[in-house]
Amino acid sequence: MHKWSIFKNGILNENPTFRLVLGMCPTLAVTSAVVNGLGMGLAATVVLIGSNLMISLLRNVIPNEVRIPCYVVVIATFVTIIDKVMAAYTPGLHEVLGIFIPLIVVNCIILARAEAFASKNSIGDSIMDGLGIGLGFTLALMLVGAVREVLGTGTLFVAKDFGFSGIELFPQEKGALFMILAPGAFVTLGLLLGGINWLSRKKEAK
Amino acid sequence: MAELLVLAFGTILINNFVLARFLGICPFLGVSRQVETAVGMGVAVTFVMTMASAFTYWIQQLLVVYNIEYLQTIAFILVIAVLVQLVEMVIKKSSPVLYQALGIYLPLITTNCAVLGVALINVQEAYSFLEAVINGFSGGLSFVLAIVLFAGLRERLAYSPVPKSLQGFPIALILAGLLSMAFLGFSGFNLRALFGL
Repeated sequence: MHKWSIFKNGILNENPTFRLVLGMCPTLAVTSAVVNGLGMGLAATVVLIGSNLMISLLRNVIPNEVRIPCYVVVIATFVTIIDKVMAAYTPGLHEVLGIFIPLIVVNCIILARAEAFASKNSIGDSIMDGLGIGLGFTLALMLVGAVREVLGTGTLFVAKDFGFSGIELFPQEKGALFMILAPGAFVTLGLLLGGINWLSRKKEAK
Repeated sequence: MAELLVLAFGTILINNFVLARFLGICPFLGVSRQVETAVGMGVAVTFVMTMASAFTYWIQQLLVVYNIEYLQTIAFILVIAVLVQLVEMVIKKSSPVLYQALGIYLPLITTNCAVLGVALINVQEAYSFLEAVINGFSGGLSFVLAIVLFAGLRERLAYSPVPKSLQGFPIALILAGLLSMAFLGFSGFNLRALFGL
């Protein structure tokens, strides 16, 4: 029951994108399609679980003064692993995500969980926390990606690497190119955040 | 010379680090409530980005010599962290006034993805040493341009009647979207023709 609440906490109460507003760079940059958001989110989840596990294991060994450099090295190791794995098995997705895969190293979410959670909690709890926060991040990226992909190209779930040609909702020439380009990312995320604020305010008022 | 100018203006206006490449969004949203602090942050970032471009160029050469390019991410982030620490110490000793102005922003820069981002872009585009440094410096200037313009807009926003649900981050993001749309206009520029290439 305790583990389940840690898991749920990452997805709902402490959703990194919609609640904590952390890790904005990848959220804006790679969400032009659902599959890009999914790939980025899962890559970050693997890194989060790995780094949370290692840091929780080493939490009594790492001296307090040099903890941040130690965390960064652990995170960078997992990022390098996932970078090479993706380059080998999903080359198309790896190309689209580009420098944002190595940039997971400086994603504030991962360092924040290492500092705030994994360095103080048991191994099992830390893994659950990594899983919850990672899935919360993935779902948020997919939501932003879904809005942009549908409004921008008229299709949903296009994933060439995995052999999906997507669901066509309306013809591509009717799509708003604006949604796929940079401004669409800012505006979509702004409106989604506003919508979630509105919903939670309505809930509080009840 | 003209080639380098094309690179610099391209980085500042067309491939703006913040508004077109989405690098350095955290400080862009976090430290843009006032123009004055935005300028301070911008100057500090420009300085570190230029230095990081110069240092990581030689680190990459070293990695290639020893055939260990897969250590790139780890090596770069460590170099950047050390560099930021070094810059902080040098400024503290040599110019207390500048340290007072930049001090609080310096530690934040290690986790600014524009710095690691510019180092990775330099490698990806196979820039020469000079091109890498120019790219780092103009990348910093593009950050300054974006964050100062944005801070100016947000200062005005403080007096506007924003709906309750949109206050704070949501309206800031929508505003950034409008700014980014304005910068999209630059993508039609033919810089090479402008500089006679």
